[in-house]
Amino acid sequence: MIGRNVRVVRWAAFGLLVGALSIVAAGCGGGGSSSSSASTEIEGLGSSLDEIKANARNEGQVKLVIWAGYADKSWADTFRQQTGCVVHAKDGASSDDMVDLMSTGAYDGVSASGDATLRLIARGDVAPVNFDLIPNYTDVYQGLKGQSYNTVDGVGYGVPHGRGPNLMVWSNKAISPDNDSWAAIWPGTDYKGKLSIYDNQIFIADAALYLKATQPDLNITNPYELDDDQFNAAIDLLKQQRPNIGEYWDGVTYARIVTSFKSGESVVGTTWPYQVNLMAAEKPPLDVTAKVPKEGTTGWSDTWMIASKAADPNCMYLWMNYIISPEANAKVAEYFGEAPSNAKACEFTTNKNLCADYHADDEAYWDNVYYWNTPQADCGDDRGEVCKTYEDWRTAWTDIKG
Amino acid sequence: MTSVSDVEPPPRQGTGRRLSTFLYRHSRLRLAALLAAPIGWLLVIYLGSLFLLLLASFWDTEPFTSDVVRNWNLDNYRRIFDEPVYRNVALRTISMAVFVTVADAVLAFPIAYYMARVASPRSRNLLVVAVLTPLWASYLVKAYAWRTILGEEGVLNWLLAPFGLAGPGYSTAGLWLAFTYLWLPFMILPIYAGLERIPSTLLEASADLGGRSVQTFWRITLPLAFPAVVAGSIFTFSLTLGDYILPGLIADKQFIGTVIYSDRGTQLPVAAAFAMVPIAVMTVYLWGAKRLGAFESL
Repeated sequence: MIGRNVRVVRWAAFGLLVGALSIVAAGCGGGGSSSSSASTEIEGLGSSLDEIKANARNEGQVKLVIWAGYADKSWADTFRQQTGCVVHAKDGASSDDMVDLMSTGAYDGVSASGDATLRLIARGDVAPVNFDLIPNYTDVYQGLKGQSYNTVDGVGYGVPHGRGPNLMVWSNKAISPDNDSWAAIWPGTDYKGKLSIYDNQIFIADAALYLKATQPDLNITNPYELDDDQFNAAIDLLKQQRPNIGEYWDGVTYARIVTSFKSGESVVGTTWPYQVNLMAAEKPPLDVTAKVPKEGTTGWSDTWMIASKAADPNCMYLWMNYIISPEANAKVAEYFGEAPSNAKACEFTTNKNLCADYHADDEAYWDNVYYWNTPQADCGDDRGEVCKTYEDWRTAWTDIKG
Repeated sequence: MTSVSDVEPPPRQGTGRRLSTFLYRHSRLRLAALLAAPIGWLLVIYLGSLFLLLLASFWDTEPFTSDVVRNWNLDNYRRIFDEPVYRNVALRTISMAVFVTVADAVLAFPIAYYMARVASPRSRNLLVVAVLTPLWASYLVKAYAWRTILGEEGVLNWLLAPFGLAGPGYSTAGLWLAFTYLWLPFMILPIYAGLERIPSTLLEASADLGGRSVQTFWRITLPLAFPAVVAGSIFTFSLTLGDYILPGLIADKQFIGTVIYSDRGTQLPVAAAFAMVPIAVMTVYLWGAKRLGAFESL
């Protein structure tokens, strides 16, 4: 009897195993890539602003994937009071992380940078936006509308949030405040083991930009469009830099650079203006300088996008309208340290020079800030399809980190 | 006068009773019903997800969108074997697991020995509590505590400064220290249990036959306790192999866990293939541990 029972259990287990695996296999067999349609319709979204406002009361929340600091209480609470939508925000570590988080379908929207937007659109994870339902869109700078990173085939996929430069930051005790070159983070630096660097393959573009200025014979025109030689030169530079790096930071561990500058573990590095603001808020404020050196810099132009299967589309539309309203846009721009996207926001900043400092309407300035972008095989010029793809960048970054 | 109420009513045939009779007569069905839930959980949730991982490791990604494409190939495995970075990371992680295990075994044995053989019952209980207490604290708190300890202005450098020394900082050696601390209780407890199980009569017999205490230790205690050490090493080894949080916080180099973590979003199939490495290593390890009799000591 016992022997028979064991046999029964074995057969039952085998049967269940087969059953389970076929369920799992069936689960992966389906799906396939969903083609993105250009319709702005999202299930449950109101067709007028009034309807959206009424529906939002029922939703009561909006779930966002954000760059750290984009949904601080000081303006998210006002949004809740105005609309009844509670903001739940999750920091993305990098653009990759944001794409990954959005693919889960658990979020209503995202503040995507240019190296994420086109991928999100191609994946069908985000929907086009009906700008008629976003009144504040009229006041957005023309230079941010209809750009290659937020518009595909004339269809707009999001609301411009604002833009800013990645900065070089250094301790004034180590480097003179007058410094005007990225040289101190690259090979030959005097600060071995004291560099703090952004941890993502998009940083390869910063190496390429430095080479663009220092090795003109490589003919680098755009740091995201690198052919074999240019790419290898950038990777070489990064591999030489690797042993000098004291720490990496990303969109989740961004505060590391503040602590490490405070303790002296880092003395020079790359940063977002956001962390420079955090350094200034320390008591006493850290003695640092942050600026764009003469070789130029990379940067970002962010776009609020709505998930194509958003569970709370009405709150998300209200959020997209709210975050580019003059008051809120001024607050977030000042808090993070970036140029607002709404021209009227400049009246509402505490620092009256913010828009001038960040060149909010100075398109010529932004021509030299290379917004994060997704590298593709097509170089976008007469070289053809010889450029390194995003996948190559990703692999190279794993290799560089060692 | 007779009334109906005087007659004993027949036993009631409720649904529950009928079901239990039915199950009593059909023992196979009973067994299947009893085990369906736990075995289903094990197979669908646990083995099913591992199987899915294995499937994904033979797939591909679309280079632009990072979408997984079900295009069967061996490229991911080729990449893991061909590209030196994956090999280096795998070797680094495995050596870390070995060093952590050895350090924990060396530290844990005397503590466990004292607890099992020397300490009075009262202080033994106190010691067990002391070993268990760190397990109640959050893993993250301990991980961040080590980040603080090892920092440039951390307590370790402060202690070593008077001797003109400096701590390892955020490095592979620093990670080794932190791992050794984190997993120590997982080594102490199995060894303690193993030592306690050794009958004292064996030790007395050894002494009666003229064995000196050192001899008794090497020839009686250690061989009998060794399976327990191996049992503890399963924990320290596998926990080190799979961790990605502590390496991300403390190490300056990549480990298997951190590579999988950063690849999971954009190169899921590569991450899946790389995840097969610790699974393979652990399979071999567990097979060896079984041969050494570790499972009887768990």
